[in-house]
Formats: sequence, C-alpha cells, structure tokens
Amino acid sequence: MTLASATGMELLREEPTGGEPVLLEPGTDAEITDRLLAPLWADWPWFKYALAVSGLGACALVAALTYTVITGIGLWGNNIPVAWAFGIINFVWWIGIGHAGTFISAVLLLLEVRWRTSINRFAEGMTLFAIVQAGLFPIFHMGRAWFAYWLIPYPSEMGLWPQFRSSLPWDVVAVSTYLTVSVLFWYTGLLPDLAAAAVRAPSPLRRRLYAIFALGWRGDSAHWNDYRATYLIFGGLATPLVLSVHTCVSFDFAISQLPGWHSTIFPPYFVAGAIYSGFAMVITLMVPARAVFRLEDVITKNHLDNIGKMLLVTGWIVTYSYGVEAFMAWYGGDRYEMHEILQNRPFGPYGFVFWIVIACNCVSVQALWSRRLRISPLALFAVSIFVQIGMWSERFMLIVPSLHDDFLPSSWHIYVPSWIDWTILGGTVGFFTFLFLLFLRYVPFIPISEIKEMRREMREPAGRLAGAAGGGDA
Amino acid sequence: MRSGILAEFDSADALAQAHERLFTRGYRRLSAWTPYALRSIGRTEGRSPVPLWMLVGGLLGGAFGYLVQWWCNAVDYPINVGGRPLDSAPAFIPITFESAVLAASLTGFFALLIRSGLPRLSHPLFEVEGFERSAVDRFWMGVDDADPRFEERLTEDLEKMGALRCTRVRASAEGGAP
Repeated sequence: MTLASATGMELLREEPTGGEPVLLEPGTDAEITDRLLAPLWADWPWFKYALAVSGLGACALVAALTYTVITGIGLWGNNIPVAWAFGIINFVWWIGIGHAGTFISAVLLLLEVRWRTSINRFAEGMTLFAIVQAGLFPIFHMGRAWFAYWLIPYPSEMGLWPQFRSSLPWDVVAVSTYLTVSVLFWYTGLLPDLAAAAVRAPSPLRRRLYAIFALGWRGDSAHWNDYRATYLIFGGLATPLVLSVHTCVSFDFAISQLPGWHSTIFPPYFVAGAIYSGFAMVITLMVPARAVFRLEDVITKNHLDNIGKMLLVTGWIVTYSYGVEAFMAWYGGDRYEMHEILQNRPFGPYGFVFWIVIACNCVSVQALWSRRLRISPLALFAVSIFVQIGMWSERFMLIVPSLHDDFLPSSWHIYVPSWIDWTILGGTVGFFTFLFLLFLRYVPFIPISEIKEMRREMREPAGRLAGAAGGGDA
Repeated sequence: MRSGILAEFDSADALAQAHERLFTRGYRRLSAWTPYALRSIGRTEGRSPVPLWMLVGGLLGGAFGYLVQWWCNAVDYPINVGGRPLDSAPAFIPITFESAVLAASLTGFFALLIRSGLPRLSHPLFEVEGFERSAVDRFWMGVDDADPRFEERLTEDLEKMGALRCTRVRASAEGGAP
C-alpha cells in the first residue's frame, strides 16, 4: 500500500491493481458519513417518474400473473414437448443475476479484496430483488400456484411427502435458503449504517424509523467482536452456498436424460454463467447510480477496471464451457447429443439464438481487454447489456432447442412465446427496478461503516507509528 | 458497564491508545463504543463464541434435513424409483447441505442479537450527551467503577490521553445508567 498526499486530499491506493485508487478520501469520518447518507435526505426530482414507470411494469406483471392464475397456464406459449420454456428460462436468468451479489459480498470478503467494500451493499440488494423475481417463476409455472406449499414437507392429511430424489425439491430448498441467508447477511451488514442514519436523519420521524430498523445498535466493542466473527462466518457460509444454488439449478437439467442437458459440465458451467450475468447486472445498475449520485470518489475507476476484468474472466470460463460442451458431444459419440449440440443448436430453427449467444457472450466481452474501455463507464455499460441479453439467450438456447426436438420426430414441436410470456418477463424487469429504486431511496446503499473502517485500516501503519512515537504514560 | 466514567475521543487512534494504556495498567472492565470495528480493541475482548454456536447449529440443521428426507422417502412413504435404495444418500446431499447452511446462518444471526441484547431501542447510554455521535465519528470509552483499579481521578488521566470530555455516570435506582 502506498500512501500519497496530494493537496489536502489523500489518495489511498491498493497495491495489486497499482494505478487507480480504490477510494478517494475527502475529509473526516463525519464528512464521509454525511456524504454517503446525503442521497437519502436529498430531493430526487426524477425519482417519482422512475418509480412510476417501473411501478407500471410491476403492475403489468401482477396483471399478467393474475390473468394466468385465473385462466390457466395455457396462456403461456408452452406446449408438449416444450413444457419448460419462459418459466424456467427467466428463473435461471434471474437467480443467476443474484449470484454476483453474493460473490462480491462473500467471496471477495474472504479474499480481503478492498474494492469490494464500495459496491457490496449495492450488489447484495440486487441479489435479494433478483431472487424475488426468480422465485415467482417456478411458483406460477406450477399452474396452480396456490398449492405451492405442497413443496414443503409438512405433515398433511393426504399422508404424502415431497419426493426428495427429484431435483425440483432441491431447488425449492436451495432458493429459499439462499434468499434467507442473503437477507440475514445483508441486514447484519446494514445495522451500523442504519444506526448512523438514525443519528443523522433530518426529521424526527425518520430518525425514529431508522433507529427502529437499527434495532438499537450502539457499536459496543463486545458487540463488534461478535459481529465481526459472525459476519466473516456468514461470508464463509455464503461462498459454498452461492456455488451450491446454481449447481442445484443446473441439476434440474443435468440429471435428466435429454440430449443437450445430460452433461456433467453443467454445474460449473452454470455457476460461471451466473456470476457472469450477475457482474453484468452490477455494472448495469452501478454505472447510472455512480453518475447520478456523483460517487466517482467511492466507486472509482479501480472498481470499473476490476469488475471489467471479472467480466472478462467469467466470460472466458463461459466460452470455454461452450467449447467443452461441443467437444464432449462429439467425443461422447452419442448421435442424439451430437445432433442436438452440433447441428440443432447452431443451425436448427432456433439457430439465430445460438449466434446471438456467441456474439454477446463470447465476442462482445473481448472489448474489455482494453483498459481504456474497462474504465469507460459507457463502454462497460454497453458490454454489460450485451452480456445480459447473451445470458438470457443462452438459457433459451439450452432449454428450448433441447426440448423441441428430442428422440422421436413425431413429438417434435416448435415453441413460440406468447405475449403473456413477454409481459411477464418485462414485468419482472419493472418489478426488479421498482424494488431496487426503493432500496436506493431508503437504505444506505454504500456501506458507510465499512468504508470508514477500510480508510482507517489503510492508514493504520502510519497511525500505529504515531501511536508508538507518542508512547509512554501521560 | 453499569456505572463509571465515559470518555469521548475524536479519533480511533486516540481511543485505541487510551484503551491500550489502561489495559496494560491492568484495567479489565473497559468498554468501547465505536462507529466501526476496531481490531486492536477487539483483541482484548477475547474470542467470540458465535462461530462455534453456528457450527453446532449447522450440524444439527444438516442432520435434521437428512432425517426429514430419510423419514419421508424411506420410512413413511417409500416409493421404489427404478430399484434405487430408499435411503438414497447421494440424492439427499443437496438439501442436507442447504439445511445446514440455513440453520447455521439463523443461529449466527440470532446469537448475535441475543448476545448483544438487541433489539433494545431504549438504552441509558443514548441519554448521555453527545453519545449519538459514536455511530458517526466519535469514539467512546467506558471504565466501569466496579473495576478494582477504578478511581475518580481517572478523568484527568483520560483527558490527558486526549479525551474531549469525560462524563461520570452512576446507576440510579431505576437503572438509569449505562
């Protein structure tokens, strides 16, 4: 760590990445607290319009789901053999997006990566709201959503239990555990910041509300001691959890015998794809927020650079997985598998989806080899949009072409999504944005306490020396 | 801390130094309230038992998860799926793992709350003037008067160590002190 002083402003630099500082430090702890809380108290003239637009999307979602529940699942484009279509594509896409939030807050916590701190709260919020969207799909795809509780093993008068040898109950447990643990992790991290917000809020009502949600946190050193230990173990638990969730999701496919699904590469391939799409979503949300709230000193070019690199790495893992998948299909010698992966996917009726996937996931991300583009918010944003389209298309490519022509030509059937399908997909984007906007409006979305702690730890060697020099009893 | 001296510092370093000096002098009933965790003070607190509780909670949760699956699918409602064993351990692993993580996390979160005595919205410390800034940028230390080395003139020492102000707080009959 180098410590540079420049005209009253210290630039805290992080060693491994060299170049860009991870935090530009203006002033005192009080100033940085107020600076990071300021968006909560400020007037956002655009907020109500943005909320209205996304709220309209959320209403469309509610309307489309209500229509589905009243009329029946036949409103969707699903048919036999394509019984799994948008329901599962969107589920996998949303749950995948959630993964980057946990990855940033847990894996990078354990690795003590400093650039994590400015963006982890943000990414965790994204995770929560993405899981909410994901959870909707399996429930409504069941057709009779009001029986969703049958998936829970409760002693019923029917004398029946869920079949735990199927991968679908694994999903239920994995996703609900993931949601619960993410909420706990997120809320634990929030406590000190809510306490700070309760002190600094401009009106008595808000002070009271933040104080209630802070649960009376008072920063006692004994509490901090437990807090740090718990938070670290949360990170340790969330790390395998995030890997296990998408593994369970991939088992839905991998343990079936359908050509194009029955493959041992699926778990790592899905996890990499999940983190890939999640990092893209972090960028999509972070770049506008950084510009709107003028957070260039907290989310620095260092962050953009690092996230760009993460995107490039996961993009290559995904590309490699595509290659291995094709190779294994050929090397395995199974004619159905070969037909599906080498012929049907790229050149079949849904061939255009395959080429969208390649263009978005494998080609567009190569722009990020250039450091100039990695630290350019606009270029990064553009790539992130491509990656999200690509990752959604990838799930389409995995699911629909595999189902629509399986073993018997007599069962082949083309699938076309209905307008209800599209409304639900668009509606979840609206609902997600709606929840995320409310989160930005009312929750301290940059971890203030952690930023202050990081600032101190970066300064600590100097502080220690000063302490030692002034030693002895007063 | 029930009653004693509260000292306010304006930097983490000042608090850490004062804390370390009193600790080396033999004071053990020291408390601190800070806007973020301070490693140097954390060291004097000893090892937190919460991770161990989480381990126990996780193991119990995992065992419970496995037990539920085994009882449902092998005992109470056995279904023969392609001749596979009713107690199909490999198929029960994902849910066992998830239950373990869930139970460990819930244990950790509630252990943290219970050990901290939270939620507790009203606390005598919040009545101390200026204490609210301990959530923002001030660092508070408390020396309990139950400490055998406690003496009233500690106030002067603390001020010499850089305390901005010291407050003597006493436990009142209605428990109105920290």
